[in-house]
Amino acid sequence: MGKLKETFLNPILKGNPITVLVLGICSALAVTVELKGACVMALSVIVVTGVSSLIASLLRNTIPNRVRIIIQLVIVAMMVILVDQFLKAFAFAIDKQLSVYIGLIITNCIVMGRIEAFALGNKPIPSLVDGLANGLGYGLILIAVAFFRELFGSGTLFGVPVLSALGYTNNGLVILPPMALIILGLIIWAQRSVQKDLQEK
Amino acid sequence: MEYISLFVKSIFVDNMIFAYFLGMCSYLAVSKNVKTANGLGIAVIFVLLITLPVNYLLNKFVLQPGALRWLGAGFADVDLSFLSFILFIAVIAAIVQVVEMVVEKFLPTLYASLGIYLPLIAVNCAILGAALFMQQREFANVGEATVYALGSGIGWYLAIVALAAIREKLAYSNVPAGLKGIGITFITVGLMGIAFMAFMGISL
Repeated sequence: MGKLKETFLNPILKGNPITVLVLGICSALAVTVELKGACVMALSVIVVTGVSSLIASLLRNTIPNRVRIIIQLVIVAMMVILVDQFLKAFAFAIDKQLSVYIGLIITNCIVMGRIEAFALGNKPIPSLVDGLANGLGYGLILIAVAFFRELFGSGTLFGVPVLSALGYTNNGLVILPPMALIILGLIIWAQRSVQKDLQEK
Repeated sequence: MEYISLFVKSIFVDNMIFAYFLGMCSYLAVSKNVKTANGLGIAVIFVLLITLPVNYLLNKFVLQPGALRWLGAGFADVDLSFLSFILFIAVIAAIVQVVEMVVEKFLPTLYASLGIYLPLIAVNCAILGAALFMQQREFANVGEATVYALGSGIGWYLAIVALAAIREKLAYSNVPAGLKGIGITFITVGLMGIAFMAFMGISL
């Protein structure tokens, strides 16, 4: 039981896929203009990483080593298609807003990376937990970046006026793509100042 | 004229890295020195140029709603667009594999310089992202799709070589401990992105 808990907690802080392993940045930053989009994206990634790790782990003894990449891609692509169709049916506006980035979860290195590094060598339940936790670690960073960008860029949180109600002038720069990178850089700085063992030489 | 406009736009205005963050993982991982960045950049241009026209034709004649009309009137209202993710990624993975074998056989010097980057490109978001943008923007013909592929490839190439050059110099700078490595790289990319925004609104 203790091991399962560690499998769950490790990717969220110490081995966070974005700030420590630097995986899956591609689809991460473009969806962080608003909290709503970021939350939907985070949920989609959690579902995809969790379930595809589970499926890959269930199949791990039958997948021939030579063609495993293609099989992993097929599993992941299938999950992403399901998520995309689900969003199209129940949250069409958000699906439009996230545009191609839902599709890009397929090439999100976190998903493939966790299947390759964990699910192919572990039992289904730990793999599911590992997948979910990595998705969660990714989602937390996404939501943190989106929090700052929406708060300072539009003065709102989830569309509800917060700063703008206090007479704050919106900072248009924060909405622009480059600021996502700078905010992420600052988050990494903050995390590494606390967890000194993560600092690079 | 339209082609030139599209070309310039896809290099500078809609830059894959600075405007859409596509292909970030390999962008950050392989930009430690100019030589390897150069190899990966060329490989990306190469693969984009080959896969995007193929995916364009696939989209036009198989995936779009009503695209299967050429098979007969009975297929006129078939919509296979939900299959686009899986078909695009399959095409990309297959083409990368074939390209790798062909290059290894006939162009050994190029193969030696691209090295391990060719297979890695199958999971580069920039390639799949370009295919999905191509689908979304509904280009009029294969020519436009090819020009778009060339432009975005060159944009990606410029971005990675520029970052690699900066990082080579950065190695001699005195960066705060917590920012060392990946932190300062993110901030550098952000500042480069702001510089690239100067191109916004350019139209030819």
